[in-house]
Amino acid sequence: MGERSDSRTGVERRSDRELVITRTFDAPVRIVFDAWTRPELFVRWWAPKSTGVPMIACDMDVRTGGGYRIAFGHDAATAMEFFGKYLDVVPNVRLVWTNDESGDAAMTTVTFEDLGNKTRVVLSETYPSKEALDEAFIGMEGTMPEQFLQLDALLLSLGTSGEC
Amino acid sequence: MLNQMVQFLPTRLDASFAALSDATRRGVLEHLESGDASISELAARFGMTLTGMKKHVAVLEVAGLVTTEKVGRVRRCRLDPGGLDEEAAWIKRRREVWQARFDALDTLIEDLKQKEKLNGRKKR
Repeated sequence: MGERSDSRTGVERRSDRELVITRTFDAPVRIVFDAWTRPELFVRWWAPKSTGVPMIACDMDVRTGGGYRIAFGHDAATAMEFFGKYLDVVPNVRLVWTNDESGDAAMTTVTFEDLGNKTRVVLSETYPSKEALDEAFIGMEGTMPEQFLQLDALLLSLGTSGEC
Repeated sequence: MLNQMVQFLPTRLDASFAALSDATRRGVLEHLESGDASISELAARFGMTLTGMKKHVAVLEVAGLVTTEKVGRVRRCRLDPGGLDEEAAWIKRRREVWQARFDALDTLIEDLKQKEKLNGRKKR
């Protein structure tokens, strides 16, 4: 799958409240959009296997006003849940969802830019306040498993996984 | 120790990010990477008044990115080597999460493309 380098994923804090992540994928927009909106595909990449914390639930009602709920964990009792609502869904163009698991969480906007056989994805997380953004990161530091960084193991396991 | 860190970090990060949100201040940091400079040197370099540059340097100082020291009548500015660590680590973590996800997404997309090729193009 070609080069893998830091420069492919752009991560930039645009302002006190906004973090922007960009990446170009080597596929037409309809394939990339599918991967973001069909749960059976979404589960295959959103929580890379190297985390060691599997995604145990993924319900997505991808339409404007629809909801989603995903859960990570080894069993329901200890699972971490993330949920929210799709505020805007324009197929192959844009997804906007809320992150309602904490009262002060981000709104996520994903835009898909059709570049023919490639697709540029721009994901922006907007927090209600700069304090909220900072807190989100402090929280993340605490819960981030070290294995998350083991990219090679991830690619290996995904490379050998079967059907979707 | 840990509690102190948690209380300390948000404020500190906040100040760093505010400091870095300005193009001139980022320029000043870059400039200081190549060596110390006085406020008047920086002001000349960035085409600003002394007062304007003093304000920028003060913001960088509060954020812990720059230290200043008065030598005679001149205030020297230098990078605070520890200052960028928290922010750098913060962004790095974030980047790693998204890289891991997007590399996994790349792999999935390759799969989907292969499948499409085998099955012929599906109509949506």
